Amino acid sequence: MDPKGPVAADEKHLIFTALGLMLIVVIPVIIMTFAFAWKYRAGNKNATYTPKWEHSHAIELVVWTIPTVIIIMLGTIVWKSTHALTPEKPIASSVKPLVIEAVAMDWKWLFIYPEQGVATVNRLVIPAKTPITFHITSDTVMNSFFIPRLGSQIYAMAGMQTELNLLADKPGTYHGLNTQFSGEGFTSMHFSVHATYPQDFQDWVAQTKTGGNMLDAARFRKLETPDEPAAPILFSAVQPGLFQSILRKFAGGHEMSASNQNSVSLAQAQK
Amino acid sequence: MYETALFGRLTLSAIPYTNPIIMSAVGFSAVLGALILGWITRQGHWGYLWKEWLTSVDHKRIGVMYLILAAIMLLRGFADALLMRFQQAFSEGAAHGFLPPEHYNQIFSAHGTIMIIFVAMPFFIGLMNVVVPLQIGARDVAFPFLNSVSFWMTAASAALVMVSLAVGDFSQAGWTGYPPLSETQFSPGPGVDYWIWSLQLGGVGTLLTGVNFFVTILKMRAPGMSLMKMPVFTWTILVTTVLIMLSFPVLTVTLLLLTLDRYLDMHFFTNGMGGNQMMFPNLLWIWGHPEVYIVLLPAFGMFSEVVSTFSRKKLFGYKSMVYATIAIAFLSFVVWLHHFFTMGAGADVNAFFGIATGVIAIPTGVKIFNWLFTMYRGRIEFTTPMLWTIGFIVTFAIGGMTGVLLSVPGADFVLHNSEFLVAHFHNTLIGGVLFGYFAGFSYWFPKMFGFQLDEKWGRRAFWAWLVGFYLAFMPLYALGFMGMSRRMVHYDNPAWQPYLLVALAGALVIAYGIFCQIVQLAVSIRNREALRDATGDIWNSHSLEWAVSSPPPFYNFAKIPHVDALDQFAYMKENGINHRAEAPFAPIHMPRNTGVGVVMGAITFVFGFAIIWHMWWIVMASSLAMVATVIYRASDEDVDYMLSAEEVARIESGGSASTAGGSSYLAGHELITQG
Repeated sequence: MDPKGPVAADEKHLIFTALGLMLIVVIPVIIMTFAFAWKYRAGNKNATYTPKWEHSHAIELVVWTIPTVIIIMLGTIVWKSTHALTPEKPIASSVKPLVIEAVAMDWKWLFIYPEQGVATVNRLVIPAKTPITFHITSDTVMNSFFIPRLGSQIYAMAGMQTELNLLADKPGTYHGLNTQFSGEGFTSMHFSVHATYPQDFQDWVAQTKTGGNMLDAARFRKLETPDEPAAPILFSAVQPGLFQSILRKFAGGHEMSASNQNSVSLAQAQK
Repeated sequence: MYETALFGRLTLSAIPYTNPIIMSAVGFSAVLGALILGWITRQGHWGYLWKEWLTSVDHKRIGVMYLILAAIMLLRGFADALLMRFQQAFSEGAAHGFLPPEHYNQIFSAHGTIMIIFVAMPFFIGLMNVVVPLQIGARDVAFPFLNSVSFWMTAASAALVMVSLAVGDFSQAGWTGYPPLSETQFSPGPGVDYWIWSLQLGGVGTLLTGVNFFVTILKMRAPGMSLMKMPVFTWTILVTTVLIMLSFPVLTVTLLLLTLDRYLDMHFFTNGMGGNQMMFPNLLWIWGHPEVYIVLLPAFGMFSEVVSTFSRKKLFGYKSMVYATIAIAFLSFVVWLHHFFTMGAGADVNAFFGIATGVIAIPTGVKIFNWLFTMYRGRIEFTTPMLWTIGFIVTFAIGGMTGVLLSVPGADFVLHNSEFLVAHFHNTLIGGVLFGYFAGFSYWFPKMFGFQLDEKWGRRAFWAWLVGFYLAFMPLYALGFMGMSRRMVHYDNPAWQPYLLVALAGALVIAYGIFCQIVQLAVSIRNREALRDATGDIWNSHSLEWAVSSPPPFYNFAKIPHVDALDQFAYMKENGINHRAEAPFAPIHMPRNTGVGVVMGAITFVFGFAIIWHMWWIVMASSLAMVATVIYRASDEDVDYMLSAEEVARIESGGSASTAGGSSYLAGHELITQG
């Protein structure tokens, strides 16, 4: 709970607001439990005892009204915050957003920078103070893409694209992970997030482009091998439309793709 | 070739004899089982067991058998919990703990499945079996034989889960079994099939029980007992059976679709080929969220009975309690999507389900206030059942609060899939559900067996569970805020380890609590003469189950009582109405015991095992055997008998069933076999 971006900060604020609102009921309940249990213990013959008393319009009115009022207040907050924080909503900023395509694989994350033409595995480099728009999908089972300090996670699902908008306030190194259990290599599905000064980001892109390490279809198939842990990899170039072809592989659905068959045999080989 | 035809995909290598942890668990269970069976044989108890228990259609005995099943499975599920706590406490950084991922993943999948389906369900179904017919002044359930079938199907499914330990493996896809991970592409082995079939077959048993008790409560109440004169526990069970009948068919279909994917290469939930994986979480939680209230509402009913009895007061706001129960049941069907706000459904959908979830807190909060105002101006006796109730109110208030927090989509976006979620649902399932069942168990134990449980060990068990719970799960809330996700076999963050060590300590304190409960049972059985209750109304309670002897005669009521008031038994005591039936008696129509339920359970087990291992000829043979058994039973006309008025008189007088206790109970049952 140490937010480094506006989304995470809003969510932290939301959590504490909601908690505070609920404590208005929960704390009195806990106090009343102990107070009643003590005061009306069988040994205390001085306490009032009304064995037949079982109804009071006044109390009924209060115990229905108080939770209702709290939930109406909370409901208002839920409606507003859910619309404000919905993951596909762009972050207001004067800076043009950077688009990054994230693909969940067994058991690693692939990040494609379509505008820059580079890609990485298990290492996410982003410029700080710049809105990032993630397009997310999965090449395998369901995953959930999450950078706790920047806020909001969202599922990565094969054949489907989800969208998430985040922003890092300042440079730093953060932790990212998949939170949705995805099989044997689940625990090692982490990546590091490097938020840099915008100029450093441009330098990093330029330097990465000189690497001479191309992510084409063949290399991608190799990447699908579920070996672990996957050390970070940088690709100097990416076959255009790779993200869309990963999406299409599952969305079309009338041919069994080669990569699918691969993962079957690999899963069996692992047994 | 012949091997495949005979044994399907089952080979000797399916037995994990190289794994010392599994093998020692298997060995331990086998030795323990052999010891118990040997003891029964040596004592010559088989005839008694078969005639009086296994073939019984008496709701009280079926209830006790459900409770035994729940107790056994609780020990298994808790052993899994301890393994997980030990693993996580010692798997930071370079240390990798003692469990490899493929084993750890089976353990958490089995733990969840067992605790929900084979502990919580049989525990409350056992108590409701014992109590509900007595509370409504009935002699048995509407369909006594069906009740026996339900139990044996549930037991057979639990046996399937236990067998997966020794033969093959269990699912590694979590207790919710989300595809595509649970599809053959990613889980080719028999593990997911064990999960599917144990849920599927046990689910049929549960559905039949739901129908049975729904009809029982609606059609078999004593004359005069209008719906609004029904004890509040029976009310919660009535609503629970409605939830079961509406939701379990959804589970059946969902599992069937996944089965078709796995067995016939269909594509309901697969990646690609037109499959829609998100359909599964939707369907699963359309069953799964009502399921949460299926296990919780009966606990609410138990707390209501206990808090009124030991506050020596009428329950505050009975009508509110009933309406709140119905409201919760209705709302439980419109909140399922809160289990996956992170699917990306959009703000309007998420906000709707978030607010709907929050609304459930209103009737739930009302219930808590009504329990508090039942205690208000009472004379509270801190018996074990009451301690569980007070522990529950405090703990559940916290669990409810964290639940409402998770229902706020913006909060869920960071807390989803984290240890915070794990802490939340254990907070409600232990602090709400299990505490309630323990309260109900110690409250109704004297009714079942004629003597009460030892209070000293009961109090020890309560404090150990309470303290252990807070130690084990409060650190998980903190870990959730620190970004630890659930289901991790290993992690690289030294800051988490101290919290996980505390959680382990908590689990060990709970282990001590379970130990206390076992000692409590042993001590109570040893001292049963001193703890004997001769009155049948040991707690000075208010509802009809206390109007008969403890344990009750097998026909429950020699004469069906007439109900004039809510809290009928309290009404009888106040107005000097004799609640013990007097001569002359009339003959009583009773169902005959039958072994067909046991046989159907056995066939269910064989069918399940065979279909998991693709032994098609056994699948077909057992299916035919099931049809034949049903036809045999349907054409058997000798299923009931009349207990003569003289016998009733003899049992009622000679019985003074309270002092003779178990023996008059037994004598009655022998009459059944003589017909």
